[in-house]
Amino acid sequence: MSASTSLLGRPLGALRRLGGGPLTRLSTLVLVGFVLVALFAPWLAPQDPAFGELGDTFAGPGAAHWLGTDGGGHDTFSALLEGTRTSLAGPLAVVLFATLAGIAVGLFTAWRGGWVDSLVGRVLDILFAFPALLLAILAVALFGKGLTAPVLAMAVAYLPYTARLVRGLTAQEKVRPYIAAYQVQGHAPVFVALRRLLPGIMPTVLAQATVNFGYALLDLAALSFLGLGVQPPTPDWGAMINQGQAAVLEGQPLSAIVPAVAVVLVVVAFNVVGESLGDRLAGRES
Amino acid sequence: MTPAPALRAARSAVRRLLGMAVTLLVTSFLVFSSLYLAPGDPAAFLVRGRSPSPQELATIRQQYGLDDPFPVRYWHWLDGVLHGDFGRSYLFHQSVGQVLGARLPATLLLVGVATLLIAVVGVATGVVGALRRGTRTGSAVLLLVTVGAAVPSFVAAIVLRSAFGVRLGWFPTIGNGTGVLDRLHHVVLPAIALSVTFMALVTRVTRSAMLDELRREHVEVALSRGLPRRAVIRRHVLRNALGPVVTVGGLLVSGMLVSTAIVETAFGMSGIGSLLVQCVNELDFQVVQAIVLLVVAAFVVVNTLVDLVHPLIDPRVGAAGGAR
Repeated sequence: MSASTSLLGRPLGALRRLGGGPLTRLSTLVLVGFVLVALFAPWLAPQDPAFGELGDTFAGPGAAHWLGTDGGGHDTFSALLEGTRTSLAGPLAVVLFATLAGIAVGLFTAWRGGWVDSLVGRVLDILFAFPALLLAILAVALFGKGLTAPVLAMAVAYLPYTARLVRGLTAQEKVRPYIAAYQVQGHAPVFVALRRLLPGIMPTVLAQATVNFGYALLDLAALSFLGLGVQPPTPDWGAMINQGQAAVLEGQPLSAIVPAVAVVLVVVAFNVVGESLGDRLAGRES
Repeated sequence: MTPAPALRAARSAVRRLLGMAVTLLVTSFLVFSSLYLAPGDPAAFLVRGRSPSPQELATIRQQYGLDDPFPVRYWHWLDGVLHGDFGRSYLFHQSVGQVLGARLPATLLLVGVATLLIAVVGVATGVVGALRRGTRTGSAVLLLVTVGAAVPSFVAAIVLRSAFGVRLGWFPTIGNGTGVLDRLHHVVLPAIALSVTFMALVTRVTRSAMLDELRREHVEVALSRGLPRRAVIRRHVLRNALGPVVTVGGLLVSGMLVSTAIVETAFGMSGIGSLLVQCVNELDFQVVQAIVLLVVAAFVVVNTLVDLVHPLIDPRVGAAGGAR
């Protein structure tokens, strides 16, 4: 127990208890790192990413610019750090909305059963036919560029996945004796569903939300890459890749490659952590 | 085949086709009504950024029947769509059908080549990953799958363009090309960029389906009776494993069609995907609406086809589906 009293012992111990292989631990560290960067970006960035030195375009990596500069003389490292904020906040909002709404829909339909259940099931089936990125593009066409409309549209597109998972899990749990016991004792259905049933299935839902976060990040980065999402000068990874494209043809791919590597790294980390959570919950070793 | 199962199969096929029709009707209604979610007057929304005269606005109102009741408007629109009339593009001064028709071949070529890559390379890698499980090759496949699934098409496009287009100069970096060979030469890199993510998914599903089948008793029995391993794997393992692969393949269709927007934009190609982005940028909603409708309809139709074909690959599914 002496280790847990030291300053570092606690988080490291938590990481160890999280289990999984070295890959899972590494991925967790990567995610924690990026979240910290997102929180403290303005203090960490060596320069203002919106400030371009026109005499210093396409500088290579060096002491002045750790990851070089882009075609407008902007410091790529600083833009990468500041871009972490929008790049993570967007998917967070998508997953938050989709998970909360999905839990509500899934719990309600499974609890209610009958025609409501089958009707909502059909509606969700139809929503599956609308891919998230397409719905986000349609939202931009209707409401204009930016993050708000696409985030809401993507939450609608991700909702069926959570709703179906929660519905399935709830239907399984509902018939177990402990639920009947609570009902016999006269507890209100809302109480039993939210306070007794939901906590039991929550870890599985969170594992899925983790994987969804990675996909939502990809979709939003793609939207910004197309020039329809986050608009410059707001720093964003997808928008950075979009702006670095022209430089790629001039043989200067660094300012596009750096944010691309960040996107891939974060998505791999989210997938590894989410799947390892899911595997452990399902009781199988990968 | 006795008449009863045949009848059951036909009945389930008809039920699936009816379900498809209903789904198409509902999705078309959703896509149609999306126009009325836009803030402001629909007529003004359709011609944003073009400052029309009140007269022109009145013409548009009349053209789209905006003064009719909602169901009547939908009915007229649906009637037009079913006859191939998607309205008029204000950007190109052509009918939407003509605009789409001119760009469809390029996108079909791109998606076709990508599908071929996914089917051949994805399934083959999955088979190798399952058979060489636990060896260095098997681990390499697992690593490829994990990373590949996280490489979005725009990242793949940047890397491929930079490495094989600019550095090595093996492939053109922009445009569609002219003539058959030149077109194929132009489509290689975009098709690879489009297929990376989906290839990883197909590899993964193939691998796990193969592993599930390899553990089956009948496979063990066949092997222990001394049947050649190659034949057992081809006829008993791979054949049974293909069912889930085809199902997942159907689900990937919509993702692939949307990703053409990214890949075509990244490689400066002219196709349906880059048209979608252009028309969002230049406020041509009629074209956007038509493309959204086509992508969703393609997804619904392909997945119904997969459902219909599935029993032919794996007869057990047909029996179970019919009994339901």
